[in-house]
Amino acid sequence: MIEADEKNSVIRMFHVHQNYGTQKALIDITLDIPKNDFVFITGPSGAGKTTLLKLLYLAEAVTDGQVLIDGMNLSRIPRKRIPHLRRKFGIIFQDYKLIANRTVFDNVSLALEAAGKKRRLILKKVRSVLRLVGMEDRQTALPLSLSGGEQQRVAVARAIVGDPKIILADEPTGSLDDDSANIIMDLLKGVHIRGTTVIIATHDKDLIRKTGGRVLLLKEGRLETSSFIEKDYENSVY
Amino acid sequence: MKILFIKRAIEDFRNNRLLNVVTLLTVSLSILIVSTFILFFINTNEVMNFWKKGLRLMAYLKADIPGPEQLDLRRQIQTMSGVESVMFISKEDAYNQLKAQMKRQASLFDNLAKNPLPDAFEIRMRTANQSWDKVELLATQIESLDEVEEVEYGQKWLGRFTQIFDLFTLTGYAMCTIFFMAAVFIMANTIRLVIYSRRDEIEVMRLVGAAERFIKIPFYIQGLLQGALGACFGLAILFVAFWLMASNIERGFFPGLFNIQFLSPLILGIIILISMLVGWLGSYLSLKQFLKA
Repeated sequence: MIEADEKNSVIRMFHVHQNYGTQKALIDITLDIPKNDFVFITGPSGAGKTTLLKLLYLAEAVTDGQVLIDGMNLSRIPRKRIPHLRRKFGIIFQDYKLIANRTVFDNVSLALEAAGKKRRLILKKVRSVLRLVGMEDRQTALPLSLSGGEQQRVAVARAIVGDPKIILADEPTGSLDDDSANIIMDLLKGVHIRGTTVIIATHDKDLIRKTGGRVLLLKEGRLETSSFIEKDYENSVY
Repeated sequence: MKILFIKRAIEDFRNNRLLNVVTLLTVSLSILIVSTFILFFINTNEVMNFWKKGLRLMAYLKADIPGPEQLDLRRQIQTMSGVESVMFISKEDAYNQLKAQMKRQASLFDNLAKNPLPDAFEIRMRTANQSWDKVELLATQIESLDEVEEVEYGQKWLGRFTQIFDLFTLTGYAMCTIFFMAAVFIMANTIRLVIYSRRDEIEVMRLVGAAERFIKIPFYIQGLLQGALGACFGLAILFVAFWLMASNIERGFFPGLFNIQFLSPLILGIIILISMLVGWLGSYLSLKQFLKA
């Protein structure tokens, strides 16, 4: 399912297989995601959505096949270059993965501190993204004192603060009510409009219909179809 | 960046108070045990040296050895290995000395027809050569000389004490090594618990692109801090115990003879540095294993 040319691609996968012992999680996945694309990876539970994302941000090594991120072959990347590669991504999880004993500000600034940015720039950027996600007035709060929707907004802020090329979101609205989910999707659309490639793993068909975008359907570890779904304007909140 | 690492290490220290207090107590206890051994050895060694300064061998001569032969004998003994000085004590001098010491029993001496004491040499050894084997070897050498009737070492009991002390020293080295290893092991495990309790945080750091250096350095600083604070705490306990006990020990065992000393600033510094090294090593080993996973 190669659709974009090499120059225009930000993610390419060639005949990727991923096994856990004898269990096959991904089977012969070949795909190409162009720059500034908005992609949903969907499919039933256990189809391999999370596994596919994990391969992209190098949480797991590929069993077989090639994965290229921004032209870099992941199987050839030296271990010490992995952090640099991960800075190309902003990652959002269903369970937010915020550090409980750090404030909202500290959680967001972590991504910039890890990249070795200067303190003055960190202050400026973090305040700016917290304003963008509507959490500016909660920057000294601890994550557990926030609602689920607020925590996910902080997670989005952390994901976008480093101006990543790609946003990977694994069921970002899975634990949220409709209003909070709409806010998160609104934020991700905004990030996409500013030029970032957004990849969202979800099994929520309504969410895909309301948002619109390219859809990759996984079934039992195989990539079944790649299609484009138009936004349903009647039900859309955007 | 350095300030950020130190700030984060201190924040982490505060945020994981219970585990860090446990680590601190563990380090303190290990340091307390090791430094108690060191304190014991240093003072025992001082006591030994103090006693050894008074170590002498008495070589009693056969009767009626003429003056020139005595001189030759003295020269011969003087050239022997480990001998510092040789002093001749004539039987007359020895008799007068004994009489002076036993004034109350003076009547005993009046009944003696002649002086029963022999001429003798008092031999002092160099401090560096005062291992018990060498003392015994020298005594055997002197005893084998024809003119010598008998050799006596004034404080034979010191031999046994030296042997026991040597055994203690050896045991002490072994104990210090074991406690050092135990401290590293316990610290590594406690730090592993701290790391384990913060695995999600470390995971997040890795996901946002933190280099291993960024994750490790605050833990290393924490290990060094734990080592330093643990050592200071352990040494403070030792000092209080020493302060409470030293005067009683001096009065009880060495009245007016010997001052028990606390560890010198140099040794205190070395103990703190070693403890910091142990703290760092604990962090290093735990992180190496954890980040590999």
